[in-house]
Amino acid sequence: MKKLINDPADVVREELQGIEAAHPDLVKVAYDPFYIARADAPVKGKVALVSGGGSGHEPMHGGFVGMGMLDAACPGEVFTSPTPDQMEAATKAVDGGSGVVHIVKNYTGDVMNFEMAAELCRAEGAEVESVVVDDDVAVQDSLYTAGRRGVGATVLMEKIAGAAAEQKRPLKEVADICRDVNSNARSMGMALTSCTVPAAGSPTFELGDDEIEMGVGIHGEPGRDRMKMKTASEIVDMMATAIVDDAPFSNGDQVLAFVNGMGGTPLIELYVVYNELNKFLAGRGITIARNLIGSYITSLEMAGCSITLLKMNDDFTRLWDAPVKTAGLRWGV
Amino acid sequence: MSEEVSVSYDDVVALMKTYAAAIAENKQSLTELDSAIGDADHGINMDRGFQAVIGKIDTVTSGDIGALFKTVGMTLVSTVGGAGGPLYGTLFLQLGVATAGKDRITAEDWSAALTAAVSGVQARGKAESGDKTMVDALIPARDAFAAALTDGADLPAALRRSADAAEAGMTATIPLVARKGRASYLGERSAGHQDPGATSSALLLRTVADAWAGDASTTTEEAHDG
Repeated sequence: MKKLINDPADVVREELQGIEAAHPDLVKVAYDPFYIARADAPVKGKVALVSGGGSGHEPMHGGFVGMGMLDAACPGEVFTSPTPDQMEAATKAVDGGSGVVHIVKNYTGDVMNFEMAAELCRAEGAEVESVVVDDDVAVQDSLYTAGRRGVGATVLMEKIAGAAAEQKRPLKEVADICRDVNSNARSMGMALTSCTVPAAGSPTFELGDDEIEMGVGIHGEPGRDRMKMKTASEIVDMMATAIVDDAPFSNGDQVLAFVNGMGGTPLIELYVVYNELNKFLAGRGITIARNLIGSYITSLEMAGCSITLLKMNDDFTRLWDAPVKTAGLRWGV
Repeated sequence: MSEEVSVSYDDVVALMKTYAAAIAENKQSLTELDSAIGDADHGINMDRGFQAVIGKIDTVTSGDIGALFKTVGMTLVSTVGGAGGPLYGTLFLQLGVATAGKDRITAEDWSAALTAAVSGVQARGKAESGDKTMVDALIPARDAFAAALTDGADLPAALRRSADAAEAGMTATIPLVARKGRASYLGERSAGHQDPGATSSALLLRTVADAWAGDASTTTEEAHDG
């Protein structure tokens, strides 16, 4: 294992110290327990957005804390859900009196830990709405599984709902916007290589030099198929077909197209993917109204990409275009 | 007048220390099992949690077994993370609720505590028997313990049967297709691998049997039943 770390046990703490040193204008960092909060939290009269999950997906979630996006993020150990005490402390720290939305990616651990946290917060009188993100079309049979995983739509949800909260919209409406984003978004990922959790020291899964994992999850969970390497055009065709055929997309729709790098893929390849996606969608009569290209929800050093499509409406578009000032996303300010 | 075997507060403390050592010893193998069908962190997370338990356990000096189990549960909830944190945390919290205020626990107490713990884990994780989870070791352990008592077995014998049943349940997860947790994403590909959660649960029941069924650690008291 070759990594720019000191000790596997210290990676998350030292990353937080780096974030604190780099962005004191945007965030403040708590260490007992771990969470990152907006520098100006709690913002009075604004619904607060709290998310969290295992580390290793940077810039998600800590890099999305700031004006126009999250109020707090709770980092767990690498690829391990954070704990209820972190979520409870973060919720209390950012609650500006208008309620708190917990944005939870649909993984067994995240769901259970956030559930316990919401129970603790409500028991102390906080108003908490929980929303679950489950946009990954690679998980086909949700009836017999833990359900679809939360992936790329999380980033879009945090931006769009964050803008709605910034406009002082009420708790119920902000939570409903989250649910709307989730129901109108679909994603699919693929891996060219595996990744190594620092504490584990060896790759999470084995993938041959000429193999790809189609439908991979953001923790290296297996996808739909393992196959021989293909061209970008063939790969995008498979991913986009799976997404578009899952609904809610149809001819004439306007979408936000999000081409995401898994952590080890250069931007040059992401633009090749975007070009293929643009051609594919044009062929289906779907217009890309907005786009996001880069590595925003990663899996350590995994090479590969994911594609997320969000069916847009006027409100989503205005909220997407609204100003945001975080370490990971910044425009309009 | 009959003799009743029961477990003391110190026996429970000793159990937690022994289980923490067993988890540390099996950290790698649990993580390897998780690597095959999960996210390769079960042993690492459990070890982090039980090392924290070891740090906390001597600060609880109430002599109340329920309070001790609750401390273990809360410590696991706040240090393990993942799915294991809420699940093992709930297991020990429920053992604590069931044994609240007791300085010794009898076979009947343990049977009730196991029942509460298994119900708590199922309520939190929504898993049924056969989903390829820790429940597949816990349910047989609970049932075998209760059945042994019905058959007239004493505490040590019942604990051994409970541990045997947990291990059989653990082994029986190998051919199962996972329906809960990250392993469920594998679908048919999850068959052929032993569930890591069932493994750590079977290890817990075996550690309980070894710790409390041996003559050295479990004490015999005369029960005053009139």
